[in-house]
Amino acid sequence: MEHYNMNLTLKVWRQKNKNDQGRFETLQAKDISSEMSFLEMFDVVNEELINEGKDPIAFDHDCREGICGMCSMHINGRAHGPWDGTTTCQLHMRAFKNGDTITVEPWRAGAFPVIKDLTVDRSAFDRIIEAGGYVSVNTGNAQDANCIPVDKHKADLAFAAAACIGCGACVAACKNSSAMLFVSAKVSQLALLPQGDPERKTRALNMVAQMDKEGFGSCTNTGACEAECPKEISLTNIARLNREFISAGMTTEK
Amino acid sequence: MLNAKIPAGPLNTKWEDYKGHCKLVNPANKRNLEIIVVGTGLAGASAAASLGELGYKVKAFCFQDSPRRAHSIAAQGGINAAKNYQNDGDSVYRLFYDTVKGGDYRAREANVHRLAEVSGNIIDQCVAQGVPFAREYGGLLSNRSFGGTQVQRTFYAAGQTGQQLLLGAYSALERQVALGNVTMYSRHEMLDIVKIDGKARGIIARNLITGQLERHFGHAVLICSGGYGNVFFLSTNAMGSNATAAWKATQNGAYFANPCFTQIHPTCIPVSGDHQSKLTLMSESLRNDGRIWVPKKQNDTRKASDIPEEERDYYLERRYPAFGNLVPRDVASRAAKERCDAGYGVGTSKQAVFLDFAAAIERYGNIEANKRQMHGVSKEEIIKLGKEVVAEKYGNLFDMYAKITGENPYETPMRIYPAVHYTMGGLWVDYELQTTVPGLYSLGEANFSDHGANRLGASALMQGLADGYFVIPYTIGNYLADEIRTKAIPTDHPAFAAAESKVRDTLTKLMSIKGSKSVDHFHKKLGKIMWDKCGMARNEQGLKEAIQEIQALRAEFWKDVRIPGDINEFNPELEKAGRVADFLELGELMCMDALNRRESCGGHFREESQTEDGEAQRDDANFSYVAAWEYKGPSDYVLHKEDLVFEEVKPTQRSYK
Repeated sequence: MEHYNMNLTLKVWRQKNKNDQGRFETLQAKDISSEMSFLEMFDVVNEELINEGKDPIAFDHDCREGICGMCSMHINGRAHGPWDGTTTCQLHMRAFKNGDTITVEPWRAGAFPVIKDLTVDRSAFDRIIEAGGYVSVNTGNAQDANCIPVDKHKADLAFAAAACIGCGACVAACKNSSAMLFVSAKVSQLALLPQGDPERKTRALNMVAQMDKEGFGSCTNTGACEAECPKEISLTNIARLNREFISAGMTTEK
Repeated sequence: MLNAKIPAGPLNTKWEDYKGHCKLVNPANKRNLEIIVVGTGLAGASAAASLGELGYKVKAFCFQDSPRRAHSIAAQGGINAAKNYQNDGDSVYRLFYDTVKGGDYRAREANVHRLAEVSGNIIDQCVAQGVPFAREYGGLLSNRSFGGTQVQRTFYAAGQTGQQLLLGAYSALERQVALGNVTMYSRHEMLDIVKIDGKARGIIARNLITGQLERHFGHAVLICSGGYGNVFFLSTNAMGSNATAAWKATQNGAYFANPCFTQIHPTCIPVSGDHQSKLTLMSESLRNDGRIWVPKKQNDTRKASDIPEEERDYYLERRYPAFGNLVPRDVASRAAKERCDAGYGVGTSKQAVFLDFAAAIERYGNIEANKRQMHGVSKEEIIKLGKEVVAEKYGNLFDMYAKITGENPYETPMRIYPAVHYTMGGLWVDYELQTTVPGLYSLGEANFSDHGANRLGASALMQGLADGYFVIPYTIGNYLADEIRTKAIPTDHPAFAAAESKVRDTLTKLMSIKGSKSVDHFHKKLGKIMWDKCGMARNEQGLKEAIQEIQALRAEFWKDVRIPGDINEFNPELEKAGRVADFLELGELMCMDALNRRESCGGHFREESQTEDGEAQRDDANFSYVAAWEYKGPSDYVLHKEDLVFEEVKPTQRSYK
């Protein structure tokens, strides 16, 4: 792999706190190696800002290997940037070339208020899980694991849905700020498995109700969420959620 | 001499016997007892959920924006359990034995046996929660092998086992939050323990969004905050992984055990430059199928594909024929370092070896062709089929490798090198997971208890969940049963006020330095000292130098660090500064411990103590003990020893040949 260095212009969203109105700030990133990750480029820029006595750019990040779901930058109009199926932390600078201007914004959604700069509050996702994203089984209740055989195909589909990292890119990508892909991934995982069956109806109804309460928008099937999801969670999960929700609504006795 | 409170009786009945006799707390009293859980990884989330289910009032804290993001999420390969579903000779005893041996006979037998006993329950519990483990076509669970064992006892969910297990524990935790049994404090960092009359009674936490300090009371406090690998700056840990909670416990009287026992993982993506912020693991599960090699010729600059078979040195298979590529991590790491130091390394830095899947791709391709009854298939077709199988097993890891390096591991071998991954040392705990401070417990990687001097692959997830789901719910009752008359202590108690003002003073002091160097500057310097002198190989002179260098660096940090922003706002640089301040003390203690332990064992390799063929040489006569350090002040520690008694396993020179 050929390596190269580049100079870039960054237009970064700066916002001191949730009450501040916020604005774009233009910064220069010099001598950036194509081998750096996107966040390592931000490390370099921040080190420079600190040395100049300025406030570094606040951004969320943790594992830097694409699995914790903490990083959350909207880069050149795309959630997590130009590479498909990739989180911001796994995006590498060889995606850019010398002289590029890169625009970086936080997730934009009413249900994800900005905390500072590129950091947003995603606690709404936790509250949706609280509404039913689990199997009610206390520790110690379980029978032997192999007493519950699961069709491999269904197990694989459940795993693919469960791969969601809860980053919120689906919401950020959606023009309606809908959280349907996130909610459908959890509902699908548990609807596909026998363990999730007893609470199947209430789960779909309650999680959707909580999603609405948090102020996420409606789904209009544009598919932007699937296109931007770093874990490539399938849109078919939304179809499954709709089936689950409708059938629960028609058949539940409560 | 430390008393680990190990129950009497034969090894295989100790836990059963303990459970039969420990004190219980009735449901009405549980409602009045408050427990603080610091950290929400596998250990913390499973403990908080299980204790909430029992009816205790639980408060859980994490510094991330959601408990689902704790670094357990990044564990890749799998979780061990002595289920013997494969009928290949596994048993509780075998798992126990492999773990004690893998740890190079520096773990406590009773704890490890208990771990093996509950391992099966963990799998049951996780499956019941809906954790989507890999399955066979018959619908039953699939297993694979990990290093240091000869059976298939590892359960997995592709290369995302930690994620799936953590999301299981997280969902159980969120269920208890919804039920009101657990209160969750995300974006909060514990900055001190509050002790009243010698017992842990609460914590001081900083709200990371507002910067406000908060006082929280608890009848007991659980430290589940993970390991301290980030002392090295570069490690496979998350950027935020830190030792602050464990270190505050240490400063408050909890002994810190075996700090020098760090695990350097053999298969990580090599460092690419000075900008590097972290290192990425390539799961040990890859060694099921990948073959590790270097060229037979020194300084060979040819591409891997241009080096013919007979000019390749599969050095692990050569040196360890019985275990081959699946030797334990410490052994594999040292072997890679040995080859690179001798001039056989590959890649531009020469600090890398090849992990090659060509043979596995061909083997799987042939199997697949057979399965589909395809005859006379071309080599290309075989390779194509084989790649599909490998993609199903390790696809996410291969993708990650390709994104980071820009190379395609299906076509060309991966380049890998060892990196800091896990810390076996941690807070000293007794059999009940209680530290030397009454009411203060430690679970998961944050404690020292089960892995000795080297952890086997797929055992960290097992230990975290064992501690949280199946150990602490019993052992904490034994303590809290005597606390039912203790009313919740109001947080205007002088001890809370004193602890809060101490924390405030430290933060103010950090902010007032207004020096010239960033926090990362100091962290990187510390990391380099640690990696060079307290890394894969250690010697007396290097360690003595490291101690002095760290002391000097610490003094410089407190004179010259620059932290922008304010205390009372969201300030990630201030968070980092507090953590690095603690690493600067802990790093020194790691070197002191490494200096004290004049033997090699597991991941701790003292160059002065090796066999003729370069293997770690233990000194059981002098060092068969746990080194537990009591904090008296910076650079001032008192060593306490817990003798390790082996009733069941006879320590021998570990051999994987």
